[in-house]
Amino acid sequence: MLSELDILALLTTVKLAGLTTIILLLLGTPLAWWLARTEWRYKFFLEAVVALPLVLPPTVLGFYLLIALGPHGPIGGLMEWAGGPSLAFTFTGLVIGSVFYSMPFVVQPLQNAFSAIGPRPLEVAATLRASPLDRFFSVALPLARSGLLTAMVLGFAHTVGEFGVVLMIGGNIPGETQVLSIAIYDHVEALEYGHAHWLSGGLVLLSFVMLTVVYLVNRRFSVIQK
Amino acid sequence: MTIEARFKIQRRDFLLDVDLSFPSSGITAIFGPSGCGKTTLLRACAGLERCSEGYFRLGSLIWQTPEVFTPTHRRSLGYVFQDAGLFAHLNVKRNLEYAVKRVPKSERKLTMQRAIEWLDIGSLLERRADQLSGGERQRVEIARALAASPRILLMDEPLSALDMPRKQEIMPYLESLHDELDIPVLYVSHAPDEVGRLADHLILLDKGRVVASGAASELYTRLDLPLAHEEDAAAIIDARVAEHDKAFDLTYLEFPGGRFAVAGKEIAVGQTVRLRVAARDVSLTLEHQSGTSILNIFPASIEELIPEGGAQVTLRLTISGVPLLARVTRKSAALLNLTPGRQVYAQVKSVALLA
Repeated sequence: MLSELDILALLTTVKLAGLTTIILLLLGTPLAWWLARTEWRYKFFLEAVVALPLVLPPTVLGFYLLIALGPHGPIGGLMEWAGGPSLAFTFTGLVIGSVFYSMPFVVQPLQNAFSAIGPRPLEVAATLRASPLDRFFSVALPLARSGLLTAMVLGFAHTVGEFGVVLMIGGNIPGETQVLSIAIYDHVEALEYGHAHWLSGGLVLLSFVMLTVVYLVNRRFSVIQK
Repeated sequence: MTIEARFKIQRRDFLLDVDLSFPSSGITAIFGPSGCGKTTLLRACAGLERCSEGYFRLGSLIWQTPEVFTPTHRRSLGYVFQDAGLFAHLNVKRNLEYAVKRVPKSERKLTMQRAIEWLDIGSLLERRADQLSGGERQRVEIARALAASPRILLMDEPLSALDMPRKQEIMPYLESLHDELDIPVLYVSHAPDEVGRLADHLILLDKGRVVASGAASELYTRLDLPLAHEEDAAAIIDARVAEHDKAFDLTYLEFPGGRFAVAGKEIAVGQTVRLRVAARDVSLTLEHQSGTSILNIFPASIEELIPEGGAQVTLRLTISGVPLLARVTRKSAALLNLTPGRQVYAQVKSVALLA
């Protein structure tokens, strides 16, 4: 069964993934909206940056984040200058790392969903006197809801599955930065296969359920919208 | 009151350059071949197409000058798109409410209920866009545009995506716009029959430029314009129901040049109707024929004539100032010595009532 530390790791993981997903939705939705609509000729550059975490080894990302968040890095240094703590080996640092790490999984589905709407519904809304902000909330978001759901679930699930980045900047502090994937690694190292089974099996089930819901709901939407 | 529109819009392989002034009442059709810039012009009027050199004025409302641009959502207009204009995530009722909700209460002229009754969509309210036929979709779109209490209604080929029976289904609603709406309608089309039935004023576009702009009845009969040379070229004549002849079941329609007799119609005396007289249904004689079965014979004078292909001639006639087209063989024209200024008799074989 789960030990107290395992439960702590589970809670940390859920908190981390939830917080990361919320931050990514808040930051990623405007970014995806802008990427889907802009005719800026250098937008491919930004798209490549967003997609970087897809191809980089997580340890590379983690390494640079460690340097940036540490007391001599630009972000950590800024924190120190402002009188705050260094962010390496803290939960906050982990959230920042996860936001970068899971960014493409939130931004890309959203961008695709926004692009798929096309200009017509927004023009229609404009002729019906909807302001740009009104158009976004009353037309774009509802029409992109399947992309929104995909983005949420992928962002959450991908953060839960994070390992390399956490290993580099997390520090494995129980209750603070020890997450499930690290806990499993520790169990295996200590040859506690029973514990590892419980956690791994649980993760498989959770991920499967989340993805099933996404595909089920998206199928229902696509039937309605044809 | 007039509408003034000046736009210069450069696209990759295309330049729209127009300077127009037309009446701010009735239906104005923008007519021309595909790719001539009709839709771009309509979009520019709505503010959907931005251009630096533009001017648009609707009566006292100025929506665009080279310095000031009113964005589309601050213009009180109704726009019916060619296709897929209904919101897929809302049912019909909510589509209509979307429009009504965004009109300030003081500006609401048409209730939603009235729009629903007018376009006969009461039974469709709970349906989603994908559960509607093409014709129903266009009716809902028109109702939604009207529910926005617009100061001008812009329509971009609302019938082009529909088959013939569906067109016939929508046409009466469009014709009723004429009588029931006190706002100007700008109607884009490439179908001469639609334009003939609906338009009071006509703007002819070709390759991004205005070929002509004027009263529809005038432009239809101008021999220097392409309309008079269509296979089914026709004159449009506005007339008034003068009298019903019960004995022969005929209706007499009065126009400034005389009276047309047509098969009996159930239209009240005094009503105005629009007639379409096809050029090939008009034949010419030098003397007034007495022994003929044709009832509609009018004295006319030849204004102009132009050869049509090898064998035919198209003539523009006037009957007391009302223009009419006739198409006869070149041989007949030579035998009768038909030349401008000549007085003839126009025999009209058939007349179509449009509205």
